[in-house]
Amino acid sequence: MSRIESISTTLQTLRGNRLRSFLTLLSIAIGVFSIIAVMTALGALQNSIEGGLSALGTNTFQVQKYPHNQGGGPGWHARLRNRPDITYAQGLAVVERTQGARYIGLEAWTFGYEVTWRNVRTNPDIAIAGETPDGLPTNQWEIDLGRSLSQSDLDLTRRVVILGADLVRLLFPPSYNPIGETVSLAGTRYKIIGTLKPEGAMFGSRDRHFVIPITTFFEKFGKNRSIHIMVQAESRENFQAVQDQVIGVLRAVRKDRPGEENSFAMFSNESLIREFNEMTATVRLGTMAIAAVALLAAGIGIMNIMLVSVTERTREIGVRKAVGATRRSVIAQFLSEAVVISVLGGLIGILLGLLAGNILAVALEIDPVIELTWIATGIAACCLVGIIFGTYPAWKAANLDPIDALRYE
Amino acid sequence: MALIHIKDVVKTYDMGAELVHALSGVTIDIQANEYVAIMGPSGSGKSTLMNVIGCLDTPTSGLYEFGGENVGDLDDNQLAEIRNRKIGFVFQTFNLLPRSTALHNVELPLIYAGVPSHERRERAEKALTDVGLGDRMLHKPNELSGGQRQRVAVARALVNNPSIILADEPTGNLDSRTGVEIMQLFSELHAQGNTLILVTHEEEIAEHAHRILRLFDGKVASDEVVANPLTYASQM
Ligand SMILES: Nc1ncnc2c1ncn2[C@@H]1O[C@H](COP(=O)(O)OP(=O)(O)OP(=O)(O)O)[C@@H](O)[C@H]1O
Ligand SMILES: [Mg+2]
Repeated sequence: MSRIESISTTLQTLRGNRLRSFLTLLSIAIGVFSIIAVMTALGALQNSIEGGLSALGTNTFQVQKYPHNQGGGPGWHARLRNRPDITYAQGLAVVERTQGARYIGLEAWTFGYEVTWRNVRTNPDIAIAGETPDGLPTNQWEIDLGRSLSQSDLDLTRRVVILGADLVRLLFPPSYNPIGETVSLAGTRYKIIGTLKPEGAMFGSRDRHFVIPITTFFEKFGKNRSIHIMVQAESRENFQAVQDQVIGVLRAVRKDRPGEENSFAMFSNESLIREFNEMTATVRLGTMAIAAVALLAAGIGIMNIMLVSVTERTREIGVRKAVGATRRSVIAQFLSEAVVISVLGGLIGILLGLLAGNILAVALEIDPVIELTWIATGIAACCLVGIIFGTYPAWKAANLDPIDALRYE
Repeated sequence: MALIHIKDVVKTYDMGAELVHALSGVTIDIQANEYVAIMGPSGSGKSTLMNVIGCLDTPTSGLYEFGGENVGDLDDNQLAEIRNRKIGFVFQTFNLLPRSTALHNVELPLIYAGVPSHERRERAEKALTDVGLGDRMLHKPNELSGGQRQRVAVARALVNNPSIILADEPTGNLDSRTGVEIMQLFSELHAQGNTLILVTHEEEIAEHAHRILRLFDGKVASDEVVANPLTYASQM
């Protein structure tokens, strides 16, 4: 019997047993759904994090007070709470004493301000970055119009600002040149000296930055805060050496005692991605385990249904054998039924899973993804489940004695 | 040479406590284009003999040659092939696939024979038309009368141009009028050159055949030629 034949026979049988086929399909669909939904959501998250991370350029690492993912294990906060802030002075010490770095940027952040230009007013969700001139390249911010920050802007605590691309779009009419205009923020007027090129989006658009000289920032928002130090090494080769120097300088100026761990955290793109992958690996593994259990349950469901089907269709099997079906063709028929059920169920699960995973992604404002590998894996898993759990029923059907089968009531 | 050569065939069922001898030494020859009726009391081994002849079952001992070939030497797949190409079965209970159309039921043997689909369809349609069901091809068994169902079964038995048609009480589930219709169909098939073996309880049905074999306790009790068989024509 040809393969096409056996599949069309299969579909016919499945149509004949709609409710039962549907229930079996459902069990498989749920199993696959859980894998695909979680994997899609994680994939979208990972894409966005990797995309967003490129904000920190190559060969660049960042120093800040607390670990990025706050993943210091249980009680990390209690342990780290008493860490002293990383001060501007300590940052300047790093700038002075580190060799082999291309850029060392210092920055401080505060969030949630509104910006106005004439009668245009933004939502109070603008992020203010106080930066040194090197802070722009280490953040991978590129000047679009106008100029960057200069040392004299810092020295003279000038009230000048560089606007993120989105902020420009929010405040000004299209193709309006904002250079030289004045905007207000928290009661202070700033002159626009430059704008930034658009950045990649992570968790929605991030380029609503309001970038001012770090000294101006301290004057307006207070100096009593911890800064970030961003260091870009000259090359991959001296990355480690530069990192070691920065650690040495910081430990010295922060008076970390020998043998104690660093009183600050450090990370690079690579380390962030690694951390994220470590975290999601656990989730992925957990999902795989759950999915495996779900598929196992679905497989047992399929086996059960197929066994019922074999019993119910004993006479049919007898008839088929009487008119010339070989063992092989009976096995092929029942196996393909099992595989068709499980793959159909799998496809439904994949569709729903993609839908759910991407709805989640859209809800989190990250770019949706379609993870082809997981779709392929899902379909392969379904085929496998169909074959594994369909084999015994098919074998049982093929080995029925035709006379007994024909006589079966 | 006989189409069917059966010599000292024994079929024993081991029921644990006792051995049931369904056939205890049967010897018969059947030629091509014969029309044989097998009769005998219930339990005398008629169905068992039919199953052996139809290669659905293998004898415990004895020799069975079909078309010169020793069936005892054949493996499972070869037996399936013989059933597929050389034998057409008609059962008392029709044994159609309940969820398939008449057409698909008739196509079934051709599917296993690997006949391509357009040819399959043509041949199945012709077989159905030949048994007078040209207008019922897309009906499912539960949309057909008993007589029509049995005609579908006959069409299925015929569709592969078998060497022999085996019918085990084909009229057993039909009222007498419909039974007569089926017997007319068999007479026609015989007239066209087919070989038929028929199991029946009813003398009247058996009278259609040209030879009557009577079984008793798994043995051939008598084997006689019917002097004046009922024919299709004589029924009219
Ligand atoms: N699968 C089996 N297992 C055990 N005994 C069987 C089996 N098939 C048939 N028999 C026995 O073999 C004997 C012959 O059975 P068979 O079915 O050939 O009779 P039959 O002549 O067709 O009877 P009926 O007219 O009632 O159909 C019976 O005694 C029956 O009980
Ligand atoms: Mg019988």
